[in-house]
Amino acid sequence: MPTIVVEVMPKPEILDPQGKAIANALPHLGFTSFAGVRQGKRFELTVEGEVTDEVLESARTAAAEMLSNPVIEDVVSVSVKEDI
Amino acid sequence: MISETPLIGDFNVSPSGPLDGARIGVITFPGTLDDRDAARAVRLGGGTAVPLWHADQSLHGVDAVILPGGFSYGDYLRAGAIARFAPVMETVVKEAGASATSSSPLPVLGICNGFQVLTEAHLLPGSMIKNDHLKFICKDQVLRVENTSTPWTSQFTPDELIAVPMKNQDGQYVVSAEELEQIEAEGRVVFRYIGENPNGSRNNIAGVTNERGNVVGLMPHPEHAVEAGYGPDDTTGMREGTDGLTIFTSVVSSLAGGNK
Repeated sequence: MPTIVVEVMPKPEILDPQGKAIANALPHLGFTSFAGVRQGKRFELTVEGEVTDEVLESARTAAAEMLSNPVIEDVVSVSVKEDI
Repeated sequence: MISETPLIGDFNVSPSGPLDGARIGVITFPGTLDDRDAARAVRLGGGTAVPLWHADQSLHGVDAVILPGGFSYGDYLRAGAIARFAPVMETVVKEAGASATSSSPLPVLGICNGFQVLTEAHLLPGSMIKNDHLKFICKDQVLRVENTSTPWTSQFTPDELIAVPMKNQDGQYVVSAEELEQIEAEGRVVFRYIGENPNGSRNNIAGVTNERGNVVGLMPHPEHAVEAGYGPDDTTGMREGTDGLTIFTSVVSSLAGGNK
């Protein structure tokens, strides 16, 4: 079944406490090459049938109105994942 | 049935109207925890508590609504994000939001998770993210009451300091810089944390109100500080604090036409 992938990230100006905690933990495990971490969310919306423009548009609306909160998050991408 | 008269209550309030007419709805979502405590606080404050169910669009004619704390829908997606779409919220938004046509829109109080639901429903500005230190907080917290013109705070004296419990993981209040400036300029910060900022909230904000002042949200829990013996420690003794009770007597009194 085709899948629409929605990616949501905390806004750049919002401190991401979880990302910061991960960034602080990385060096303890020997991962010293990374200056920062930000943690976001990935949603996979499966579609029965074809991904029409209409379906994609409704995924964009859902991403903007429900899957993200515009006060703290940005929708980074809404894309179609090809069948494997 | 056991008596719910407090052992030591604040009975020196003298509202100008009858109290027993006020019917305060308390909404239960799947995962709500503090609905019974909130209902009890309403009764101790002199009102009649009316249980409301998330799946029922009707508010059953209540005069005010409380969204209690807990973890509605397991905090899935974001705290309060799913609860916002519950049928009962449609009616709450219609009767309390900016489009409410009534000259006295429905008073709504969101406590903790209820506050998060109100921000997700766009009834209040801003949002909550994880505490800056990433830990669950559980402690008594001192707040300053900075806005006493809402129906929920009318019986506090301006800048009164109160102590109520606080318990949360996603309690860091964030809001855009422009909106923060607007909220501050309009005096819409209702409660502010006193002492060290417990969770990184912008401007130490613990609670805010909407433009019309009928919707109030706060992270700490006034409903857990309504009965001597079970509240925060205060100067009179251990667990004697009942500062939260004034929230509930305020709304009952405001609804009865008292000092709003």
